[in-house]
Amino acid sequence: MIEVENLTKRYGDLVAVQDISFSANKGQILGFLGPNGAGKTTTMRIITGFLPATSGTVRVAGFDIFEQAREVRRRIGYLPENPPLYNDMSVRSFLAFVGRIKGLSRMAIPDATDRAIERCGLREVSNRVLGHLSKGFRQRVGLAQALIHDPSVLVLDEPTIGLDPRQIIEIRSLIRDLSGERTVILSTHILPEVAQLCDKVVIINRGRIVAEDTIGNLTGEYSLEQVFLKCTSRDDAEREIDPAMGDTP
Amino acid sequence: MRNILAIAGKDLRSYFTSPIAYVILTGYLLLAGWFFFNLLANFNQMLIAYMSASAPELLENLNLNEWVVAPLLHNLAVVLVILVPMITMRSFAEEKKSGTYELLMTSPISVAEIVLGKFAGSFVFLFLMVALTGLYPLILLWFGDPEVGVIASGLIGLFLLGSSFVAIGLFTSSLTDNQIIAAVSCLVVLLLLYIIAWPAQSAGDSLGPLLRYLSLTEHYNELVRGVIDTRDVVYFLSVIALALFLTLRSVESMRWR
Repeated sequence: MIEVENLTKRYGDLVAVQDISFSANKGQILGFLGPNGAGKTTTMRIITGFLPATSGTVRVAGFDIFEQAREVRRRIGYLPENPPLYNDMSVRSFLAFVGRIKGLSRMAIPDATDRAIERCGLREVSNRVLGHLSKGFRQRVGLAQALIHDPSVLVLDEPTIGLDPRQIIEIRSLIRDLSGERTVILSTHILPEVAQLCDKVVIINRGRIVAEDTIGNLTGEYSLEQVFLKCTSRDDAEREIDPAMGDTP
Repeated sequence: MRNILAIAGKDLRSYFTSPIAYVILTGYLLLAGWFFFNLLANFNQMLIAYMSASAPELLENLNLNEWVVAPLLHNLAVVLVILVPMITMRSFAEEKKSGTYELLMTSPISVAEIVLGKFAGSFVFLFLMVALTGLYPLILLWFGDPEVGVIASGLIGLFLLGSSFVAIGLFTSSLTDNQIIAAVSCLVVLLLLYIIAWPAQSAGDSLGPLLRYLSLTEHYNELVRGVIDTRDVVYFLSVIALALFLTLRSVESMRWR
């Protein structure tokens, strides 16, 4: 469903993502792990077509994200790190607007809006103004806008950040419900979340993939924490002895 | 087309769900009303003075178009120079700041649709503003007999002028995620285009006409005088087209940087 091949992104001299490749199949939930600044958000922005890659290819549902951007965008639902909400709109009118620009027909919008509101538990706030909602509801509206056009791929950038424990549990179970037919890529640095939710894990550190496997294979010998620490520190050690790679401290 | 309307509708609605639209409209109409009142009072005084001096050749020259409508339109143009940057500063800058830019740019709509949608939204708002100031000359029609054609031509001029301002404002807003920077740089560009012809007289034979051609005021003047010349209309349309094209490129470049 999603194939990322030799993807590289440079900002001037800074290499954000270097030569990464991975794939996710239909119905899989792929956990994208890594320390802050590892390149998770950059990779997700490239997959969703917000940023161009310096080199490499990404295919979503068989469509190239550069050549057939419109086709890809129709099929992706994206929740960025900060939910993209217009603070002066009501939940319902915002979702209707998103439905419209995602290409839903005028007839389909009311149903799609109701469905997304129902799914994300937004009924009680559906007529409230977005600017007045709590963080938890904002996150859910963010998820609802990603779902409105029933995309086959969901890209969620830290969907549970800043939520209280109950909300985290709710969002997680929502994501689990949503997967099924869909492919989900979610980034996080909460390790238990990955263990609970994901079928497959990609660990990225300083722009490179340091591990890619199923949860079962990765955590056979060690716990996920240990694997994560090992992967992310080993790369640090390599960097120190490789002056050619030197970049920002 | 549907995407353009969706964006335009969203932007237009957000003017009216926040206090922005009301503050700008109130301020604009208040200033316009004050100008109109003063110009009319002035006109009235002159009329009385000339009549008591019984100078028919002076009275001949005194007409509402030249003494009330034209100065009103020129004053309103200056007000638009200041207010239009406030209308357009949000269009791209705020989307970028609040993260909704990511939503727009990852939706199956083209950059051209986004730019045209944003232009259409501000354009409709501007149209409303200009149309409301059309009420003042209407009052003149009630009590006097100004030339309707000249008034219409002037309003068309104000409308074209304002639309060019809007397009320029969109461009400066697309360059930054800071609304203040967007507004100030738009204001500077507009003022510069407004006064660019000032040194034209001393600028020589080649530069002088060029400065005059670039000046918004020179073209606007013609329309206010009641002369609808294709050259002036084409000038405004090309300013709009150029500014929108630059906006398009600037938004696209964000994608390919």
